[in-house]
Amino acid sequence: MAQETRNAYGEKLAELIQKDEKIVVLDADLTKSTKTIEAKKVCPERHFNAGIAECNMMGMAAGLAASGKTVFASSFAIFATGRAFEIIRNSICYPHLNVKVCATHAGLSVGEDGASHQSVEDVAIMRALPNMKVFVPCDQYETKALIEYVSKIDGPCYVRLGRGKVEDVYNENTVFDFSKVDVLRKGNGDVVLFAMGLMVQEALKAAEELDATVVNVSSLKPLDEEGILELLKGHKRAYALEEHNIIGGLFSAIAEVKAKSDIVTPLVPIGVNDTFGESGKAKDVLKKYGLTAEHILEVVKG
Amino acid sequence: MDINNLKNHALNIRRNIVQMVYDAQSGHPGGSLGCADILTYLYFEEMNVNKDNVASVNRDRFVLSKGHCSPALYAVLHEAGLLDEDLKTFRQINSKLQGHPNMNYVDGVDMSTGSLGQGISCGVGMAIANKLDKNGNRVYVLCGDGESEEGLVWEALMAACHYKLDDLCVIFDVNHLQIDGDVQDVIGPLPLLDKAKAFGANVTECDGHDFESIKKAFDLARNTKDVPTVIIANTVKGKGVSYMENNYAWHGAAPKEEEYKIAMEDLKEVR
Repeated sequence: MAQETRNAYGEKLAELIQKDEKIVVLDADLTKSTKTIEAKKVCPERHFNAGIAECNMMGMAAGLAASGKTVFASSFAIFATGRAFEIIRNSICYPHLNVKVCATHAGLSVGEDGASHQSVEDVAIMRALPNMKVFVPCDQYETKALIEYVSKIDGPCYVRLGRGKVEDVYNENTVFDFSKVDVLRKGNGDVVLFAMGLMVQEALKAAEELDATVVNVSSLKPLDEEGILELLKGHKRAYALEEHNIIGGLFSAIAEVKAKSDIVTPLVPIGVNDTFGESGKAKDVLKKYGLTAEHILEVVKG
Repeated sequence: MDINNLKNHALNIRRNIVQMVYDAQSGHPGGSLGCADILTYLYFEEMNVNKDNVASVNRDRFVLSKGHCSPALYAVLHEAGLLDEDLKTFRQINSKLQGHPNMNYVDGVDMSTGSLGQGISCGVGMAIANKLDKNGNRVYVLCGDGESEEGLVWEALMAACHYKLDDLCVIFDVNHLQIDGDVQDVIGPLPLLDKAKAFGANVTECDGHDFESIKKAFDLARNTKDVPTVIIANTVKGKGVSYMENNYAWHGAAPKEEEYKIAMEDLKEVR
């Protein structure tokens, strides 16, 4: 099956808002796109539209959280984290308030809308915020589990979600442990592919031919440093795969851990090479910018 | 309302504002002195905050959106017996009394502020929470006239009116001055009353140093249904210290020893 992670978010949110009276949902005129409309359908009295005013949405989220609410605030990743960055910093992260910024339409897979709407820097800027936890689920099942998980964390969280359908990696019986990286496939010890978001599926496609180890890194912060170091140690070459700028995202996070150790395993980024995206069908944009299994094979095989 | 009592509290608060900024040789005395009477009224007459409920969120709340006026907030909390940190630690290392207020360190600080423009948005969130919880509590936000140059202020007011937040009261502290000079010379945010009215708020004006006038404005706010109230409080920046009054040079400057002595002389007794 294939499903949008944003759809999984909407479904899970609709379930949680009925179970937990403390949950309040905010959106900025994108309820149908971010899927918070699903929560609104079942609980309109605790869903508030801030209008096209992301900064105010984040300020409202802070105020609600300061009154004891668990707030989910959604918009597209570029507006949620870019436009409203400083409100997230000063009014949410600094006072450690219980706001879950769940942003959809992250990365180049936004497709036709083009670069203005394709966030390639959200993980970098959210990761740099003290008190912020950062998560990137790869499929519908992981998304649902993650949304439930963050709803129970006391404090600010960022969850990065996508627009397009992505193949299932997990199933409804999967038990998730977000404190650990998840080894999805064990290879022959030569190549390890660390991936986040939709690059997990691409890594799995490329892995057979390479007999590579595939690791889903969905918790960027806190990062399972121990698990990553073990995997680096156990392989000859490592690759970091992300639908995000290679500055500040998964590659950076792993490189930061590696740099503090004495491990010499080479680490190569496969991501957005410090450039903006462009319009096109999602699959065409992803292909052009090298975010496919084919490109992974090219890079790894040299 | 015992006006003489309030005047005495306000005098003590002003003396502590000057003392704190002098001790730290850092801080914002002008705006702090200017809003001292409004804060005195809020904490001694208007809000249901006391020693027993100060650590709780189930009470009236105050957001100092113009967070640089933290000396006024710390001084009024101290005057009301709600602060357990020594005012002398203001802006010093390891103090709860940060240069701009931190809600995690001080029970009486209801929102961490300092970055201008964000407080009304936070107040909107708190006011919505009050409505959801049907607790009857009120939210007060103090915002500077210079601060109103931030677009977020108006996003927040739009939302406050849309959601009919009659439990929210925004006070614009209009002292006509910001760091770079007269607000009208810098960019021209005034008049605020007509703007707030156009957004749909209930608007009123008061003399921010006259307790009768302040009382009237807050009474009107409390008795207004279905819309938030915006109070235009006309104030004098640096109020009470002769050489600081209406002088933007004292926005963020600390008095030297001689100036400190003059200020304390100016604030010797209620005038």
